[in-house]
Amino acid sequence: MELFGDFFKQLYDTTGWNFVIFYDQVEWSRFVEAIWTTIKLIIACLIFSVIVGVVGAWAQGAKSKIVRYGMAGYIQFFRNTPPFVQILFFYFVLGNLTPSYDAGGYQEAYIGSFGWAVISLGFFAGAFNTEIFRSGIEAVPESTVEAASALGYTRLQSYIYVVFPLAFRVCLPALNNNLVNLLKTTTLAYGIAVPEMMYTANQIWSDNVNVPEMMIVLFIFYVGLVAILVWAMHRWEKSMKIPGYG
Amino acid sequence: MAAPTKSANGSGTTWTPDQPMVSIKDVHKSFGDLEVLKGISMDVMKGECICIIGPSGSGKSTLIRCVNALNDIQKGSILVEGLEVNDPALNKLELRKKVGMVFQQYNLFPHKTAIENIMMAPITVLKQDKEEVARHAKELIKKVRLEGKEDSYPGELSGGQQQRVAIARSLAMSPDVMLFDEVTAALDPETVKEVLVTIQDLAEEGMTCILVTHEMGFAREVANHIYFTDRGVIVEHGPPATFFKKAKDPRTKEFLSQIL
Ligand SMILES: Nc1ncnc2c1ncn2[C@@H]1O[C@H](COP(=O)(O)OP(=O)(O)OP(=O)(O)O)[C@@H](O)[C@H]1O
Ligand SMILES: [Mg+2]
Repeated sequence: MELFGDFFKQLYDTTGWNFVIFYDQVEWSRFVEAIWTTIKLIIACLIFSVIVGVVGAWAQGAKSKIVRYGMAGYIQFFRNTPPFVQILFFYFVLGNLTPSYDAGGYQEAYIGSFGWAVISLGFFAGAFNTEIFRSGIEAVPESTVEAASALGYTRLQSYIYVVFPLAFRVCLPALNNNLVNLLKTTTLAYGIAVPEMMYTANQIWSDNVNVPEMMIVLFIFYVGLVAILVWAMHRWEKSMKIPGYG
Repeated sequence: MAAPTKSANGSGTTWTPDQPMVSIKDVHKSFGDLEVLKGISMDVMKGECICIIGPSGSGKSTLIRCVNALNDIQKGSILVEGLEVNDPALNKLELRKKVGMVFQQYNLFPHKTAIENIMMAPITVLKQDKEEVARHAKELIKKVRLEGKEDSYPGELSGGQQQRVAIARSLAMSPDVMLFDEVTAALDPETVKEVLVTIQDLAEEGMTCILVTHEMGFAREVANHIYFTDRGVIVEHGPPATFFKKAKDPRTKEFLSQIL
């Protein structure tokens, strides 16, 4: 670590390239903090958006017209408006309407900026996931579903044990794409001051006037994260492959 | 299994084994404007094996799909062990516990192995004990002569093997009646036999079977009664001996001359 820091200090002194985060203790801990926040944000958004997609795709096939129209409205809204506007709307409009508690002198909202980022980005990507899962569900032959009904499965049981596991395999590639997009879109949380990587990088370059250096760090950081996600999804896809099918 | 059962939908009728296990009365069924079943009636006693034959599009599949409520009917009644299938308040699970169905295209769950396909429904639908189900599934694998294929996925099995898994999967629910809809129609001539033998075993053990089939040899040998349908009505029916030799209706004669 000592050597590592010395190298970047040396680099700054000789060339003027200021990778301050690698030799300054304070900026380093800010950076590490941001890494964790970003990872937590991404994982929370991924999970939430997949849950929204699974439930959404099921609700799209519901008997109730109200539920189906509600789902259609939700998807149209989130697909056809900018995610940055959504996140600001959630935080500043809905955030003001949700309850807060007294945190010793000032009002603290139950849902903070991190929470709103997860909710809005989760619903945003969830709208796409819903459509992705639906296309997968449509690819499951009606006759397979019928076989499940004939065995006494309820609609929910057949969704859980038959339809969804098959649909999921069909739509994994499309899901991959959308989740990679979601990963990159989490940088919008910057707009509501979630201390993730984009936000922190901005603070660091404001303090140290090292925009190009921090940009390089940002690019490499996100390329690395995307690579990890793609690798993980790929392994998952492989592990789910059914012998003699598809 | 076939002890007297109280109708689960409150009609209060009690079924006893001396009554038809499946009783179809004047059933009418339309898809939109197209009337597919135009007043079909038949009774199937416990332990009987019934074959339904007839030209393509005559409504054979539609009829047996009505028996386990995969299709609804517009008029008439279908009773399965006293359970009124057409009752809007019907508990479908009650019906489907009694009626097993095997399809032309097998319709196995491709993401599960053979043994898992057999075990799934008893565990998730009937909430039976896993070990008990596993034991039963092993017996069924043996019964359909698929020892060694337990852990193969459907995609790794031949059509005939898949169809036998499908039969075992239905039997795992311990149904009282089995419906077979042209279950050998998608198979190679050589594999047809292995599936028919399985069904014949079942029939000989006393399982009540309703088959739609084009296998006249099988119908002649195994069926207790043969129904010939055309354009939504039963044209003629009788036990195989009389049916094949003394068919009276010209439509039946023509059909038999084409197929035999
Ligand atoms: N879901 C449906 N919607 C509309 N029409 C249908 C539907 N299912 C079947 N039909 C029509 O009902 C008629 C009877 O079909 P059915 O499948 O019962 O015939 P089948 O006797 O089983 O014929 P095959 O020997 O070819 O299987 C056909 O004209 C068919 O087009
Ligand atoms: Mg048919």
